[in-house]
Amino acid sequence: MAGRLATVGLRITHAIPVILGVVVVSFVLTRALPGDPAVYFAGAAADEESIAQIRTALGLDKPLPEQFLIYAKDVLTGDLGQSISTGQPVLQDLANRLPASLELTLTALLLSCSIAIPLGVLAATRPGSAVDHLCRVLVTAGVSLPTFFTGVVLIYVFYYLLGIAPAPLGRLDFIYLDPDHVTGFYLIDAALAGDLETWLGALKQLVLPATTLALFTLAPLARMTRAAMLGALSSDYIRTARAAGLTEDKVLFTYAFRNALLPVITTLGMVFSFTLGANVLVEKVFAWPGIGSYAVEALVVSDYAAVQGFVLAMALLFVALNLVIDLTYTLIDPRIGFETR
Amino acid sequence: MTNETSRRGFLKGAGATVLGASVLPFLKVLPASAAGNDVVVAVTGQTINSLDLHRTGTNRPSYQVAVNVYDRLVSFGTKTLEDGSLSYDYSVIEPEVAESWEVSEDGMALIFKLRPDGKFQDGSPITAQDVKWSFDRAVSVGGFPTVQMKAGSLEKPEQFEVVDDLTFKINLLRKSKLTLPDLAVPVPMIINSKVALEHATADDPWAMEYLHKTPAGSGAFKVAVWKPGEQLVYERNDNWTSGPVPAVKRVVLREVPSPATRRALLERGDVNMSFNMPNKDAKELAGTEDITVATTPIENSIYCLCPNLAFEPFKDKKVRQAIAWSVPYEEVFKTAAYGRGAPMWGGPAASPADIAWPQKFPYATDLDKAKALLEEAGYASGFEVPLSIDLSQSDWMEPAALLIQENLAKVGITASVEKIPGANWRTASLVEKRLPLHLETFGGWLNYPCYYFFWAYQEGHLFNSSNYRNEEVEALTSETLHMPVDDPDYAPKIKRMIEIVWDEVPRIALWQPALNVGTRELDGYEYWFHRQLDVRGLKKV
Repeated sequence: MAGRLATVGLRITHAIPVILGVVVVSFVLTRALPGDPAVYFAGAAADEESIAQIRTALGLDKPLPEQFLIYAKDVLTGDLGQSISTGQPVLQDLANRLPASLELTLTALLLSCSIAIPLGVLAATRPGSAVDHLCRVLVTAGVSLPTFFTGVVLIYVFYYLLGIAPAPLGRLDFIYLDPDHVTGFYLIDAALAGDLETWLGALKQLVLPATTLALFTLAPLARMTRAAMLGALSSDYIRTARAAGLTEDKVLFTYAFRNALLPVITTLGMVFSFTLGANVLVEKVFAWPGIGSYAVEALVVSDYAAVQGFVLAMALLFVALNLVIDLTYTLIDPRIGFETR
Repeated sequence: MTNETSRRGFLKGAGATVLGASVLPFLKVLPASAAGNDVVVAVTGQTINSLDLHRTGTNRPSYQVAVNVYDRLVSFGTKTLEDGSLSYDYSVIEPEVAESWEVSEDGMALIFKLRPDGKFQDGSPITAQDVKWSFDRAVSVGGFPTVQMKAGSLEKPEQFEVVDDLTFKINLLRKSKLTLPDLAVPVPMIINSKVALEHATADDPWAMEYLHKTPAGSGAFKVAVWKPGEQLVYERNDNWTSGPVPAVKRVVLREVPSPATRRALLERGDVNMSFNMPNKDAKELAGTEDITVATTPIENSIYCLCPNLAFEPFKDKKVRQAIAWSVPYEEVFKTAAYGRGAPMWGGPAASPADIAWPQKFPYATDLDKAKALLEEAGYASGFEVPLSIDLSQSDWMEPAALLIQENLAKVGITASVEKIPGANWRTASLVEKRLPLHLETFGGWLNYPCYYFFWAYQEGHLFNSSNYRNEEVEALTSETLHMPVDDPDYAPKIKRMIEIVWDEVPRIALWQPALNVGTRELDGYEYWFHRQLDVRGLKKV
């Protein structure tokens, strides 16, 4: 245990140069963006004088190295600056929006894992069967339907035509009050407050967007499970296990599935990180106040602080995610241990 | 019981502006359709990023907070348009915080009498000191508010004088017809200076940080909840002293970025209003049962194609005219605007009959004329030019540009469509004015032709993205800008200005854009020049 903790500590220290690099690169890249925030935010009828005033107010008249030093100092003290486009501190924006995105993404992944993994396993154990074909159809449809399209179709059918889904108005319909902010995950917060109505309200809002994302993320997971299971099932140790007369369940789950899980976990990590940033379109369609649409809007108006804050938050999240995935590896496969390295 | 405590806890703890649990009788669960006659739900695609219009970086959608939560000295009247929808009335100035006003004998000062019973939302009286502090702030903070104040010749704090608690005097720099209407735009809002000064610091003498999140006004509505990126909830000020107390108690303004979702919400009847709908949805929903679509042409605004005179072929008037004759106006209007707005082509004569602005330019689609003009100018074999559009307005700019490109090709001009990212657009088109041929959208808040000319045709001014300069227009614009409209010289001068820019055509009018608002079970929507939602007159049907 102590060894594992030390490893975690070591991994975190390894992440420091990465984070430093991200701070520098995000700063330089945002400055390299086309566009002039001073002009943009000076408003409709601004003249040159007022643009200059805004430039000074935003601190953009200072030389770049000086701007960077100010930024670096602020980041060290935990101040990510003020977003111009939302008018709020970036840290507060991220604290509001990251849980919204995480809640959506995690729910979607939970949903897609619960379908994709059993489906993949079934398809691999019965290649060429009806289940295998169903898996293939779902996978093809999942990859080929863009999320915004699926989202709009789901809204059209379940909200507009059938009227069973709630109005796609974001995380909660306006008739509910947000639950107390504890984690920022509405489902968890409402549960903590013991407020069943708000919990159900939040869940209802979550169903359509999570399904949309799940359909999209289902494909890589199901494919990877199927491929990995096929690989495992045709390997020598499975033949040996079968020859030794182990039960089919034992062979399938203890030996084949456990070994097949490694590439699936890797894919899951990739899909998660990819989805978190890429669900902008789903967020737009469902008016979901998530981090993807925040970043895109900030980019469009060259809102430097917000973009940098987003990149930094994502970098931290990815470092944490990679660590979790590596640790999961060691749990699944005891042969993997990065203590030795 | 635990539920109730947690709700209250939320109200206290949230970063948003909150008035307290007692004023928020949200039912726990309640279908939207049964939300009651005093709650209006509206959706919009834009974010409100500040509650203080004077702040640096406050975006246009936020101006509505200044309209609904703050009062001004005066306001505009209301009129009914031909289609039955309501619009503000530029010709009538009505009292708001001021009870009456007069012009001093020499005409160089405006004296306002404030309502003796005028109260801010916190119950304190509205005094001339508050007005002065607010006006001082608007002319001192720089950026857009200062520019807009300047348009009304309101330039420095010394102009504003407190005569007594209820008498406020503005000393004029010059006699101008723009001063009084400029007091009715959202910018010169009256702030509770006592509250603001309590939160002012040495670094922040105008309490920008405080008012950014906490309005201190006297308006018809208070802000109950503000979550940027999600929603803004207005709560009625039951003790409004500057006008009749509004009919609705609460207005929930939800932010829904996707136009398709906004449309579905309106069609399903889950919201009462979709503000600023795309032209396509407005066209398709107009005539739908239960949904009323108000399409109001935006005053003093034209979508233009601008040839830039800093570039060679466009220095020649004939080339610009040739382009004006080659635009496929009808198709552009139908495709890019879905026919919403007013046509601005095919005017009957080369000289205007009246001083209405905007009015139809004397050009139409006539490729033979265009070819002849190009030949005269020595460009019979055509030339190449990039046609620049703004990516963030590509919904109409892209179809318009493609249609224009097609017709230009027919007269021998090879135009390549160049898409410029939104963040870069203003810099390139308006500040650096470096786009040879581009689309432009200026609209003036103050509804006078001379005001449009000031911004769009005078050299060096922001919206003159064509780098146009004509000595006569320069002189006439300066002469007419502050001149009263009933001056006998005004109309002839304006007509002359219009005639010149029609002939020299540095801006080719495509059409007059419109603001589309869809409503359901809702009355009292009123169009305003600032194109933001005024919730004060709304009532449920």
